[in-house]
Amino acid sequence: MKILVITEQREGKWNPVGFETLVAAQQIAATQTGSRVTPAVIGKDVRGLAEELAANQVAEVLLVEHDLLKRYTPDGFAIALRQAIAQLQPDLILLPHTYQVRDYAPKLAASLDKGMIADCVGYRAEKERIVFVRQMFQGKTAADVTFIGAPPWFVSFQAGAFRGDQVSRGATRAPITAIKTDLRPEQIRTTPLELFREAKQAVDLTQAPILVAVGRGIKAPENIPLAAKLAKLMGGELAASRPICDEGWLPMDRQIGSSGQTVAPKLYLALGISGAIQHVVGMKGSRTIVAINKDQNAPIFEVADYGIVGDIFELIPALTEALEKTK
Amino acid sequence: MKVAVCIKQVPAKDAPLQITDSGAWIRETDIGFEMNEPDSFALEEALRLKEKHGGEVVALSMGPQRTKQVIKEALAKGADRGIHLEDDKFFLLDPLSSAKSIAAALKKDNFDLILTGLQSDDQGFGQTGVLLAELLGLAHATIIMQIELQGQRLKLKRELESGWFQWVELPLPAVLTIQSGINKVRYASLKGIMAAKKKEIAVIMRESLGIAGEPTQRVERIYVPQKAKRTEFIDGSPKEAAAKLLEKLRHEARVL
Ligand SMILES: Cc1cc2nc3c(=O)[nH]c(=O)nc-3n(C[C@H](O)[C@H](O)[C@H](O)COP(=O)(O)OP(=O)(O)OC[C@H]3O[C@@H](n4cnc5c(N)ncnc54)[C@H](O)[C@@H]3O)c2cc1C
Repeated sequence: MKILVITEQREGKWNPVGFETLVAAQQIAATQTGSRVTPAVIGKDVRGLAEELAANQVAEVLLVEHDLLKRYTPDGFAIALRQAIAQLQPDLILLPHTYQVRDYAPKLAASLDKGMIADCVGYRAEKERIVFVRQMFQGKTAADVTFIGAPPWFVSFQAGAFRGDQVSRGATRAPITAIKTDLRPEQIRTTPLELFREAKQAVDLTQAPILVAVGRGIKAPENIPLAAKLAKLMGGELAASRPICDEGWLPMDRQIGSSGQTVAPKLYLALGISGAIQHVVGMKGSRTIVAINKDQNAPIFEVADYGIVGDIFELIPALTEALEKTK
Repeated sequence: MKVAVCIKQVPAKDAPLQITDSGAWIRETDIGFEMNEPDSFALEEALRLKEKHGGEVVALSMGPQRTKQVIKEALAKGADRGIHLEDDKFFLLDPLSSAKSIAAALKKDNFDLILTGLQSDDQGFGQTGVLLAELLGLAHATIIMQIELQGQRLKLKRELESGWFQWVELPLPAVLTIQSGINKVRYASLKGIMAAKKKEIAVIMRESLGIAGEPTQRVERIYVPQKAKRTEFIDGSPKEAAAKLLEKLRHEARVL
């Protein structure tokens, strides 16, 4: 089986999730006889990154370069990668499930009339096929999904599904193959403009040893002070899931998750947070995770060390009272 | 400006999910359904564009009969007409087959702009908008947090990871996938609900779209996921549970 891994870089810096996908490819390859893993790097002036990839246990490295690939556009990337795919003829194309991949990979697959199983968390190699595992219902269920029809098959893996530090290094350096990329300016409809960060960072939650995080279970902005008081008593900072910041109940610099901060405090207390993957990726590295949720099947309990199935409007006051007593 | 909004109906957020014995899907009896949250933000964005620049908003939904409810809700909020891809053959299709059906239904109308939510809260494939763009030959951008119309072009704020954003420009016609939180969603007014009763909902069956093609993938089974960690559940009254938890955090985990 020929496996193509599409890595991701921006301005010459790796997105580390690409290495997790490379690990996925190496692991899948080990289950299939005669497998070849070929990572590709795409951009402008990225030969140095291709050299880095060549030190890993891979068959070869594809270098997909063009002036028009300096900045990401869905048209440019889809056209260039289609040319790389035509040349390599892979069976399986693995991508990290990043915002960028979400933006172009389904388009690339559809342009070849092929399907993509997106946002997978794992796989199972069975006799004649590979079963891909992904979440559904915001993590409340998992699903086994398989491909129908002829390859190539497109799969993206969620950040954290594999460990990037487990990548196997090669005994010898792999060859680098430059793909002849034919791209014209008029084929690219999007004009990418500047990248920017929004609000000022008033707090740096990455430095807080304890975080008390509220989710939609807190119901109304009037209830936020209850959690704020508890955070203060515990010697921690207040954090939140995305909907709380979208509503403007707390500023965006308190948002934890893929579009907010990534934190790893010694204690993370999740109050009324369901545990959607986009939240969990931002906090699962915490040393101790406590979840309080009225739904015993809430996915947050999958990553929690301690759990209480209950109503936060009973438990926040109870915790507050107990802490006040011992002060 | 002629805008189409693709809306999915999904199980309500707090619906207790029970997987059917075959593992094919969830038990649909006894649970409520609602408009997929990101799609409700996409609808709001479409209505605001119409209010500012004039034109028409068409609400499209694909799914069984129950799905008509979300089209009615969109009409009550101000959409002008509805399209319902109502056929059992549309149910639980793979992403590419779903998009092919929707693309075929949208094609005749020559929309300037097609909006979808960025993903659904049930299957969560997160591909439909991008696939529609490819199938219809349109430019697209995803995970959009702001739309500015500048003549025949759009200036868009794309959300990226970790608090980053990017401005991009695109020509119309285009497809955009909308991120939750882009706006504040309105409620339907009583007047709107009354007016919706007179609005047209076109019903489309799959045969009539003349689309061929096999599914590209199959969901074999859904199930309750295995836990990554062993959670120690603490029970008792709120007071007891709070005391036990603090005790554990102090002396077992040693983090307090
Ligand atoms: C591209 C993308 C990026 C995203 N980025 C982020 C991100 O950075 N951060 C983020 O958080 N989300 C992000 N999301 C959104 C994410 O998918 C979820 O929608 C969100 O995390 C849900 O927030 P929540 O858990 O607070 O709300 P819900 O999912 O609505 O959960 C509320 C929970 O509260 C519980 N509850 C309700 N009342 C009570 C009570 N009285 N007592 C106890 N429990 C109660 C419920 O059982 C439920 O589990 C992103 C989504 C996408 C698609």
